[in-house]
Amino acid sequence: MIEVRSLVKRFGPKTVLRGLDFTVEQGEFVALLGPNGAGKTTFLRILSSLSRQSLGEVKIAGYHLPHQSAAVRRRLGVVSHLPLLYGDLSAEENLQFYGRMYGVPVLHDRIGTVLELVGLAARRRDLVRTFSRGMQQRLAIGRAILHDPDVLLLDEPHTGLDQDACEMLDDVLRQVAVRGRTVVMTSHDLARAQDLASRFDILTRGRIQASVRGADLASDGLLAFYRQTLESTAQPAREARPA
Amino acid sequence: MTAQPKTLKILTVVTVLMLAAASLMVFFYAPLEAVMGQVQKVFYFHVAAGWTGMLGFFVAFVAGIAYLITHKHIWDIVGVAGVEIGLVFMLICIITGSIWARPIWNTWWTWDPRLTTATIMELVYAAYLMLRQGVEDPDRRARFGAVYAIIGFLSVPLTFFSIRIFRTIHPVVIGGGDADATGSFDMTAKMLQTFMFSLVTFSVLFVTLLWHRIRMGKFADQLEQLKMKLLA
Amino acid sequence: MNQVTPFLRALGAVVWKDLAAEWRSREMLSAMLVFALLVILIFNFALELDPVGRANITAGILWVTFTFAGTLGLNRSMAVEKDRGCLDGLLLAPVDRTAIYFGKALGNWIFMLSVAVIVLPVYSILYNINLFQPGLLLVILLGSEGYVAVGTLLSTMSVQTRTRDILLPILLFPIVIPVVVAAVKASGNYLAGLEMAEIQPWLNLLIVYDVVFTAVSFMVFDAVVEE
Repeated sequence: MIEVRSLVKRFGPKTVLRGLDFTVEQGEFVALLGPNGAGKTTFLRILSSLSRQSLGEVKIAGYHLPHQSAAVRRRLGVVSHLPLLYGDLSAEENLQFYGRMYGVPVLHDRIGTVLELVGLAARRRDLVRTFSRGMQQRLAIGRAILHDPDVLLLDEPHTGLDQDACEMLDDVLRQVAVRGRTVVMTSHDLARAQDLASRFDILTRGRIQASVRGADLASDGLLAFYRQTLESTAQPAREARPA
Repeated sequence: MTAQPKTLKILTVVTVLMLAAASLMVFFYAPLEAVMGQVQKVFYFHVAAGWTGMLGFFVAFVAGIAYLITHKHIWDIVGVAGVEIGLVFMLICIITGSIWARPIWNTWWTWDPRLTTATIMELVYAAYLMLRQGVEDPDRRARFGAVYAIIGFLSVPLTFFSIRIFRTIHPVVIGGGDADATGSFDMTAKMLQTFMFSLVTFSVLFVTLLWHRIRMGKFADQLEQLKMKLLA
Repeated sequence: MNQVTPFLRALGAVVWKDLAAEWRSREMLSAMLVFALLVILIFNFALELDPVGRANITAGILWVTFTFAGTLGLNRSMAVEKDRGCLDGLLLAPVDRTAIYFGKALGNWIFMLSVAVIVLPVYSILYNINLFQPGLLLVILLGSEGYVAVGTLLSTMSVQTRTRDILLPILLFPIVIPVVVAAVKASGNYLAGLEMAEIQPWLNLLIVYDVVFTAVSFMVFDAVVEE
């Protein structure tokens, strides 16, 4: 579903992604883990067509980025740590707006279904401004799945949520968003990632350094795997530096 | 780092010599204008500086279009170079104009279309530099700079015409126009030669400065890259 | 047809969204209006408007008011897109990005005209002068179009910079000087009851500006939002 080859992203003199390779099969839920500043968000912005790669090939659902970005965007749902919602519009109006932007057919019914799915049907006429962070984030997921995308990209969806809100969000993710869809999620919360994802890729120093399937890990094995990967990748670079 | 190309070295020397020659021509070759006297001599460099300033902004405009099409970083460097040189020469043009205007129009400043347009251009391109300063990401900075250089340059003729429809007292020495404007005069052959030579000299000066400034921009890039390498 | 319909649908959605949100909060319009009235009030004392001098400078005061109030509106309209990451949301939609530009510009235009619709009668009453003349309304229509065409583009840039709202007037004012000059002269000439021959050059200038800058903004908008 997602194929990335030798992806390079530079910001002026700074190289953030250095020849990253990444493949996701249909229906997989991949958690992208890595330290701050490893380029997770940059990578997700490239996948979501908001940013353009410097070099390399990105293919989503058979379409190339950035040249076929409109076709890719139609098949993408994106949830970031910001909700991408308008505070002065109600939940329903926000979905109405995005539904029109995506050209969703029979929009009214679809909005009803989606609001039901994310558990906000009762608050459909309330302004988003009055919602808690957790509710905003659930509505953001509703917004992302409104046009029934094949691929879901989640960029640190748990940021700023308390324990309860996180759990509700995870429930929504598990029940509605994930089913049958290909999902890539960045996170620095290992426990939460292990709950949700089926595969874990570790992104540091501009590349995917290691990948492991959930089935191959013990219940608390992810942390050890993560630490080990970071250590093994940090070591050679330190030696290479001139004294 | 690469050494200065030989052509650039020669060009720099030629520019200095031409500047000296132009100054000599202005003071010793060109005849004294009958009515205005010495102060008329400002005219040769005044117009040449204005021409060079416009050239700079035009280069930034073209570089802006080229950047938006190719996304090649070099065009961003060219654009900044054009704007910086344009700003300096347009300022020289305004100041020399003021020096001339004081005895001839009896005022340092007047809201004449060219004067006002030149000043507004300075403001446009000062805004250009401020815009760049506010953007961290180099690619975005280049894109915004390119867009603003295009928009800014396109607004210049409209600004000029909007003020032009007010009456002007600026003399139109080149290309005829209103002969009654205070301070207009007919150029003798020697004046024309001096004027043309100044114009050519300043154009060569422009090319030399642009080249140096582009090289400097490239070096700044290399420096950034080296810094990044050290920090990585 | 297939190309045009999604374009217009998206454009309409953006306009509808801006109007609906503004109808809810009325934050932007009320701020613009109060600001506009304050500017007029300040001019009243700063210039000690007398009945004779007023007719000549009414056009100037009106356009200074619109220009300043306009930047408030433009800043606010783009800040809303930036605050909850909505600009990304717009860019993620599978529509031509210029639909977003025209949608935002059309919304801003409507807001500016709404301010004018309220300022004009208030000014008319305060200074006992009839501003509801078709010629003046035409000038306001043309002048504000050019203003929001450039303003929407530049506010999209300025909102993405470190200095944000401070930067917009600095970027915008030197570029819209032709609009302000032409609009002030055309409005003044209409109010003074001058002949069409005196007004036509200014109207032509406004039309040229509107066409050139709407077209150019439309062409470069992609470069302002795409990374």
